[in-house]
Amino acid sequence: MLLTEIKYLVLKDVKLEFKQRYAINGILLYVVSTIFVSYLSFAKIIDSATWNSLFWIIMLFAAVNAVSKSFVQESTSRQLYYYTVASPQAIILSKMLYNFILMGVLSLLCLLVFTSLMGEFVVNYPLFISSLLLGSFGFASALTMIAAIASRTNNNFALMAILSFPVVMPLLLTLMKVSSAALSVGTMAGNIKYLVALLMLNIVVIALSYVLFPYLWRD
Amino acid sequence: MNGFIKNNWWKLLGVAFILYSIIAGFLIEVPDLPIIRQSIRNLFFHVVMWFSMMVMFGTSLVRSLRYLSTFDIKHDVYAIQSINVGLFFGIMGIVTGMEWANFTWGTPWTNDPQLNGAAITILAYFAYLVLRRSIDEENKRARIAAVYNVFAFVMLIVFIGILPKLSDGSLHPGKGGSPMTVTNLDITMRLVFYPAIAGWIIVGYWLTGIRVKMDKIRQHLDNPE
Repeated sequence: MLLTEIKYLVLKDVKLEFKQRYAINGILLYVVSTIFVSYLSFAKIIDSATWNSLFWIIMLFAAVNAVSKSFVQESTSRQLYYYTVASPQAIILSKMLYNFILMGVLSLLCLLVFTSLMGEFVVNYPLFISSLLLGSFGFASALTMIAAIASRTNNNFALMAILSFPVVMPLLLTLMKVSSAALSVGTMAGNIKYLVALLMLNIVVIALSYVLFPYLWRD
Repeated sequence: MNGFIKNNWWKLLGVAFILYSIIAGFLIEVPDLPIIRQSIRNLFFHVVMWFSMMVMFGTSLVRSLRYLSTFDIKHDVYAIQSINVGLFFGIMGIVTGMEWANFTWGTPWTNDPQLNGAAITILAYFAYLVLRRSIDEENKRARIAAVYNVFAFVMLIVFIGILPKLSDGSLHPGKGGSPMTVTNLDITMRLVFYPAIAGWIIVGYWLTGIRVKMDKIRQHLDNPE
């Protein structure tokens, strides 16, 4: 029952996206122009630590921008309709899943553009990609919950940043640790504890959202 | 007089513990360790602040959970006031820690997992205060703030509890090259350390109670009905 609800809600979001296409295009343009600005201002990066920090900072801001729209792009009355036909758990899980798909696509494209402009520093691609995907997953789930909280206030966009940065910081620092290992001699086996920690963090976020989201939407 | 003692003995106990920890903290013999030297006495103040902060934030978490299960606005008032008191302890913890770090490590702030964790915890709770300010309706504010409180607390516990263990390189005792840990504290130091923790936690609860009463009075003055 929950799974069918989630399936239809995700399909609804994907269809809506393909129809309107402004969210994904807007966010892609945002990422590309940010990378281009850093390309112009840095001229050349020779240091893998700088490459890594810059990449993740761009990813963080792109994620906050992409996910913050989750609960505000549709009208209040339409959201009310969703709540009458679906359970709140299905709504939050479907939003997370949809944002994960969005973030996954976005992060891979970001990697592509970033490496082509800023130089190729990644040594261990499997490790880097797995940290990227776990990162997208983590950003998507934590930020979706924060977006749900922020959407209930009068000042959505400013609060989104304020509320989310402390909460995603543990995720971001762990991600940067794994990916900086992937830029040098790090191996999959040597970093498995960080990947497991990331996965656990994601599970914690999803469990918390599952329990807490029902308190958010009703008025 | 009897009634006063009966109702307020715990407050007097808290004040006595704190006074004792301040006086004894400066007078007792402490082990003379390299680098730290006499600054080890800061343990009675700095570490105690973090303990008290975590207890206050923990109390606030419990209050938020109780609010979500009962929807009694009383719990929300306790949750926010515990956080206010906890933030006071947190800021004091940072100030005393920077003083100590300046003496032993030569700089008030280093890129240490423990320090970053503390800073981000404080930031998260300031964000909580901003979140509360941005919602006007009382019950909605209480509910949403409670949700954020639970969410942030769990994330930060993960952060402070698990991440420093994954990363090796903290300057704090027991994690890096520093010589002392709380577990092998000198016995005389324990005699000051534990009462200091108890004293500050008691005073923390007392402060919370006073702030809750102030809040009640202020609301009454705003709308006397």
